[in-house]
Amino acid sequence: MKAAALARLAEAQAKRQALVVVTRLADGAQCLVDAAGCSGDLQLATEAVAETAALLLSGRSASLASAPGCFARAYVPSPRLLIVGAVHIAQALAPMAATAGYEVTVIDPRGAFASPERFPGVPLSDEWPDEALARLGLDAATALVALSHDPKLDDPALELALPSTLFYIGALGSRRTHEKRLERLRAAGLGELTGRIHSPIGLDLGGRAPAEIAVSILAEIIQVRHRGAAA
Amino acid sequence: MHADDDRLFATLRDWCAAGKPAALATVVSTWGSSPRPEGSHLAVDGDGHFIGSVSGGCIEGAVIEAALQVMQSRQPRLLEFGVSDEQAWQVGLACGGRVQVFVEAVE
Repeated sequence: MKAAALARLAEAQAKRQALVVVTRLADGAQCLVDAAGCSGDLQLATEAVAETAALLLSGRSASLASAPGCFARAYVPSPRLLIVGAVHIAQALAPMAATAGYEVTVIDPRGAFASPERFPGVPLSDEWPDEALARLGLDAATALVALSHDPKLDDPALELALPSTLFYIGALGSRRTHEKRLERLRAAGLGELTGRIHSPIGLDLGGRAPAEIAVSILAEIIQVRHRGAAA
Repeated sequence: MHADDDRLFATLRDWCAAGKPAALATVVSTWGSSPRPEGSHLAVDGDGHFIGSVSGGCIEGAVIEAALQVMQSRQPRLLEFGVSDEQAWQVGLACGGRVQVFVEAVE
């Protein structure tokens, strides 16, 4: 792999763009394929470019049927987890999700909650959730959990989350809290989308401690990401 | 890019920026119950430091050795490991799978 390819990978990573590196295993010749096309010292036939472009979307790495002896390695944006509410459970969830490969941001305008002392090494946003979400962008590689228990924070986040392509939306709260939340979201005209919210949040592992609840939330996010919401 | 890949490529760029020789190994084929999927990476520097994995730990030693050779020769190599492999590598996968690993210099 050449330095130029390393630099291009870094750029794609920073911009959350998908990129495929195709390598001819016999001699190491390579080309880079992205949404704009193909570049490098390996020439690919039109059908091989098309086969590679499909991998850009699926994120799968595979040998190319249309170019024998060539391996295509797909690099797709890493999954993100946006946590609304810098609460006790968030303190446990943020480092666990980072370990599992998620880019984590904790959003809470209350400085006493979202402090670097409470969240060492975790990216924090002190914006209001609607501002933070508009800036960060909501895409299909991103999950959002509303943990604040405060409708002033959770509701604006959910109102942006529900119509988006987020792969997972979860909200903490008792059945009664959730019933009231659903009423407010219906009043906001989002009634048809409220089924997307995972609540009670997390897989039912039986734990009650903040770290145990964090495990059940992360487990549910991982399950939905790989098996789909119907799992 | 996934966080593990992010860290691996950031390390590779650090090595290159420091003028260290480096190689990248990639799982390109798997058969049976291989522990790491196609596309899994292992990066190695000229001192044998490594990051990432191409198996559960069974073949990393042999891949690192091949990576050090590839840094010298600048010729990529395609390695194959499996329980039934009686060839050059006396290293196998305990799980009974078979993998092909492509090793290339990073320059």
